[in-house]
Amino acid sequence: MSAQTTAVELTPHHHGGDAQVKKIWKTFWLLLFITLAELGIGLTIYTIHKGAHPNHTLVLMFKGLVCILTLAKAFYIVSIFMHLGDEVRNLIMTIIVPLMLFIWFIAAFLMDGNAWKNLRNTDAGSRPYIEKTQKEPLPTLEKGKKD
Amino acid sequence: MSTASAQQPVTKLWSGGRSPFNVSYGKLMMWYFLMSDAFTFGAFLISYGTIRFSQNVWADPNHVFNAFPFAGHANLPLAFVSLMTFILILSSVTMVLAVHEGHNMNRKGVEKWLFFTILGGLAFLGCQAWEWTHLITGDHEVLVNGTIQHFGTTVSHNPWGPEVEFNGREVATPGPIAFGGYFFGITGFHGFHVFSGVIINAVMLIKTRLGHFDERGHYEMVEKGGLYWHFVDLVWVFVFLCFYLI
Repeated sequence: MSAQTTAVELTPHHHGGDAQVKKIWKTFWLLLFITLAELGIGLTIYTIHKGAHPNHTLVLMFKGLVCILTLAKAFYIVSIFMHLGDEVRNLIMTIIVPLMLFIWFIAAFLMDGNAWKNLRNTDAGSRPYIEKTQKEPLPTLEKGKKD
Repeated sequence: MSTASAQQPVTKLWSGGRSPFNVSYGKLMMWYFLMSDAFTFGAFLISYGTIRFSQNVWADPNHVFNAFPFAGHANLPLAFVSLMTFILILSSVTMVLAVHEGHNMNRKGVEKWLFFTILGGLAFLGCQAWEWTHLITGDHEVLVNGTIQHFGTTVSHNPWGPEVEFNGREVATPGPIAFGGYFFGITGFHGFHVFSGVIINAVMLIKTRLGHFDERGHYEMVEKGGLYWHFVDLVWVFVFLCFYLI
């Protein structure tokens, strides 16, 4: 590849120095704010858990909320800090489209984990699920032994 | 983009000589490497999620990660890991500023921001070393087969199971063993990425100081190192979510 063609590809995408720096710091404050919000939710979950009767639906809702906030953080890091937002659309697509596999990946495997729990709690469906027994601690094992 | 290339017919872009994506080969391949690395980390985290979903009980992160250096036994859930997250986000900002100075061909600026980035990376690794040490050496009373034992959190021991009544007091029982393996495995793999990132940034700093990039006429190597460093920050965002928040 000649030096001239390389130079074309290396042309920086940004326009104006100070505006870019401003944008970087703005993103930093945004990320910090989202992290603090996540922290707040984390502590809220902690407080709910400490209570006498934890509301599991509420906890699940808060956990869903931090997942969404995390995705927002990921978006800002990738598009602003990694400058993916400034790249050619086709390049963005070759990165984003394969990552769509994660939708199936997460859904399928978490459902599989949940199915395992059901099998565990019902002896592979041979007995009904009893809420009470699940609250008791797992049977303790001797060191080195596997169940 | 120069005016010369803009006037070229679009079909010519794929006939060789220049990248249709308008980036250099190295940068494009860095993106694809990062995508494959995202799948590696994704697979680890999803595996962790699968096992966690299959268990009736799991360690409560607010219970496990509640210590802070020099704070004794104070109960400070999430505080230390928030500090680690803050350090990593800040080092990501200094990295992007270094890349920005590279665009402006400002050697002094690149040196300064790369130095702070390396410092941030080392601070993060230090925090992780402290956290691991605290977890592994932290002694916990656990009821195993009717007798009290003492152990910390390791890949073979988990003292964070449900509490039971024993001789009139509440004592913990062993939790699922997978907890330690996944925690140390995934944060360790991430920590190793941070370590590699620090090495890469150190090489970039040395090459900047030696004037290699000024000779070359561009700071694209710093940009590629920067992509890797931001990816490490990105992975931490998800590790933070999966291990500490939910």
